[in-house]
Amino acid sequence: MTTDAHPHDQQLSSLDEADDPSGLRRRTFLGWVVAGATLTVAADLRLAPRAEAVVPSGPQVADLYDLEDAQTDSALPTSQLITITINTDGTASFEMPRTEVGQGIITSTAMIIAEELDLPVDKVKVTMAPARQELAFNQLTAGSNTTFSTYTPFRVAAAIARKQLVEAAAILFGTQADRLITTGGVVRDTLGNQATYGDLAIDAAKQVVEAVEVVLRGEEKFRVIGKPQSRLDARDAVTGKKKFTTDLKIPNALPTMVCRPPTHLGKPRKLTNPDAIEKMPGVTHVAQIPTGIAVRARTFGQCIDAVRAMKVQWTPGDAANESDDTILAELRAAELPMVVPQVPGLATTVETDCVFAFKSSAALEPYAAIADVRDGSAEIWAGIKSPIFAQNQVAAICGIPPTSVKVNVITGGGSFGHKLFADHIKEATEASKAMGVPVKLMWHRADEPRQGRLHPMATSRVRATVLAGEVLSFEQRHTSVLTDFEHGFGEILSNVADELPTQLGNYTLSQSVFALTQQMPYNFGVLDQLMNETVAKGDLVDERFSTGSMRNIYSPDVCTAAELTVDKLAKVAKMDPVAFRLKHLKDERVKDALRLVADKGNFGRSMPSGTAQGVAIHKEYKGCTAVLVEIDNRPATRNRDLGPETITGPRVTKVVLAVDVGLCINPRGLEAQMQGGIMDGIALTLTSSCHLENGRFQEASWDNYFYTRQWNVPFDVEVHILSPEGIDSPGGGGEAAVGSTAAAVACAYARATGQVPTVFPIQHTKPLAFKPKTFIPSVPQSPTNGLRRTY
Amino acid sequence: MPKQTFVLNGRTVTVNVNDDVRVLWVLRDLLGVTGPKYGCGINVCKACTSHINGKAFNPCSVRVGDLKPKDRITTIEGLADTAPGDLHPMQQAWIDLDVAQCGYCQPGQIMAAVALVKKVRREGRDIRDSDLDRIRNICRCGTYVRIREAIEKGARAMR
Repeated sequence: MTTDAHPHDQQLSSLDEADDPSGLRRRTFLGWVVAGATLTVAADLRLAPRAEAVVPSGPQVADLYDLEDAQTDSALPTSQLITITINTDGTASFEMPRTEVGQGIITSTAMIIAEELDLPVDKVKVTMAPARQELAFNQLTAGSNTTFSTYTPFRVAAAIARKQLVEAAAILFGTQADRLITTGGVVRDTLGNQATYGDLAIDAAKQVVEAVEVVLRGEEKFRVIGKPQSRLDARDAVTGKKKFTTDLKIPNALPTMVCRPPTHLGKPRKLTNPDAIEKMPGVTHVAQIPTGIAVRARTFGQCIDAVRAMKVQWTPGDAANESDDTILAELRAAELPMVVPQVPGLATTVETDCVFAFKSSAALEPYAAIADVRDGSAEIWAGIKSPIFAQNQVAAICGIPPTSVKVNVITGGGSFGHKLFADHIKEATEASKAMGVPVKLMWHRADEPRQGRLHPMATSRVRATVLAGEVLSFEQRHTSVLTDFEHGFGEILSNVADELPTQLGNYTLSQSVFALTQQMPYNFGVLDQLMNETVAKGDLVDERFSTGSMRNIYSPDVCTAAELTVDKLAKVAKMDPVAFRLKHLKDERVKDALRLVADKGNFGRSMPSGTAQGVAIHKEYKGCTAVLVEIDNRPATRNRDLGPETITGPRVTKVVLAVDVGLCINPRGLEAQMQGGIMDGIALTLTSSCHLENGRFQEASWDNYFYTRQWNVPFDVEVHILSPEGIDSPGGGGEAAVGSTAAAVACAYARATGQVPTVFPIQHTKPLAFKPKTFIPSVPQSPTNGLRRTY
Repeated sequence: MPKQTFVLNGRTVTVNVNDDVRVLWVLRDLLGVTGPKYGCGINVCKACTSHINGKAFNPCSVRVGDLKPKDRITTIEGLADTAPGDLHPMQQAWIDLDVAQCGYCQPGQIMAAVALVKKVRREGRDIRDSDLDRIRNICRCGTYVRIREAIEKGARAMR
């Protein structure tokens, strides 16, 4: 790995930290004032920092260079400007090349800009940029990368804006810029002169591009960053004003739904009763598209009626003969052998073998996109985290250049990996093109787990050897159904191929992603984690399943298998799980997090039989988490009866989580991300999965796919945010809590029951707790008894 | 086509649509009232929770033809008008605790919370953990902890 090509370094002299005690040079950057009617400034997205290796010995790939570096470095060849405009009303506007899906980046971005600009946070208007081809890889929202990669460029742009406003005020007041101060969007001098940013916006504007050097504020002077800030869209969210894609009023974009095949990724051959469908109430258009039969009607309810009345001949998908057990058999056959020989003599070998079921990454807002395809152009409105990828897909479908496609990015109702893909946009484009009218296409809930993106089934095996309390070896072999990275990760990685550590040379794309994300921060002797994927018969690429990552790529599964093994090793070493981890952890930040949760969670306290504590750690994305959970598996809890299709089961009663993301921009937002990640982790280990039976995923509703519900929520959830000294850049937070929580729950469950679970979620092998919804028709009818269920 | 009449957020509305169309689509697709969200269409996710005559109901599971002209439907857009002040106390509690993440389920969560508080009051008692456990509204962002805190705070302010 080399760092000298990095633009951050290029602008600075060769002085290192020791020669720059004030940090002045470290905080000096170049940006631009660009032409505009009012002040418009720009910074380069390439300004993101790159972390250096911190582990002195035996580092894995991800220690040196992780996915965030890959995403950040991929921007190097394209100098991409992002601009902030100061408006005459005193607000600043900024089109963010990232997608808000609930993770809070509109708010945290406004905070970053407000900090350097000295403007109240609510005067920073952050919106989402439409697809911009010239941004290349810099318009992808994934891998907990947003804050890490945008922190410095956003600050630089804001700092330049402030500098220009001050200089304009200096001319106005007839004084020197360095005699002026800025507070709350006002420039003042000591004589009582003052001007608002709105007053100065036109004076400060430039007609030409001008390079400006600027010094960022020292962290010790932060007034906004690091302070709890509520979401800027909170009021809109609670009053119903916040608009998602299907809430938009686009002229003539009528509700559209798709009748889908009974088997996963089947294809339509023919609709045999088109005349009957076209005559149904409200229906305006019916068209066959690659994924099914689309129908457009006055209301979505009439679309549902039409979908249910369709008689369609289908071609089954390539997974039509597959079930959970056939896929598991494939995974078993593909598993890589362990390479470390059984250690002779007194060493004890510990083995773990876990199976992870298919899971649905669907958000609560189903896939939805509005498309208006015209002759020679197209316009899209959708929640999408890879807008440029989507733009290219639409262009290909319509046979027009990407520049003739406008992709408007709409705030998403959750993503969790789902909105990385453009499935909804492609379908809406196909439907609008075939029908010749605008469409507002939405997936039915039943479509999501059955035809939507799934986290692939996987096995994760670990073999470790321990002798006299010392771990000699730790090998992990993760085997998975292929994970689809078509949305842009793939291009990012091929684009930075020269920069990637040489160990990645012969890896497949997925193996590279695995190596770039997985870190086992323990001193465990010979440590080796590998991943491979199954290959469908006769196929180079397995396209039987619609897959993707799901609020983390591999980590929750890998971390669960690894941390269960660490508990087993601790038992062999006759140490408690916390002491054993502290003894072997390499990284002080991880140790601090673990010590904190053990202390705050009163680890080791005496608990009744059938209840237990569990701990786990996870290090990823320049940060780490440690989690302590308590679980109650006593019959009275496990067998709570809350009615049909309500999975109660063991309850996690308490969670104490410590998170270290380096510099935290918004503690209130980060806490929310941790709380949400905890709920995901609980679901992954205990309840949420999809069952595959002869090509049909059985789940079709939120009462089938058991994501954490209120009856599964811990009574007590504590989140502690660690702020390590000397870390001045933010790491990733969006996914950080999921893997460690999933693992801690598994460890607690194993301790409470005395048996280490081998299939996850534990609910998966129990008899189906629901009656599967109809496959033909492909969606269930809405009930009519709602007035008898009021309260 | 039949005329459907009911009271929506304090105003009488009339829509031409068949009896069997569910109220959710009448609100969203025909009247443009988009606070109630679609999440399942089968009364499971509860994202569309609204009020009918002051009680929680799910418009995805009611035929518009089953509404009477005097039936009062309140959606999240009309909730603030049912209490003094700029916002309903439950909405304010939601803001105070920064509950929403993506926000998609939140209108339904708030409408469910208000109805739940009123229900336990009718029963002459306060909210218990077991009441909160039985709330079926799903939040895929997992902001359940703050939802529970906000309901307790909102309930105190609803006195």
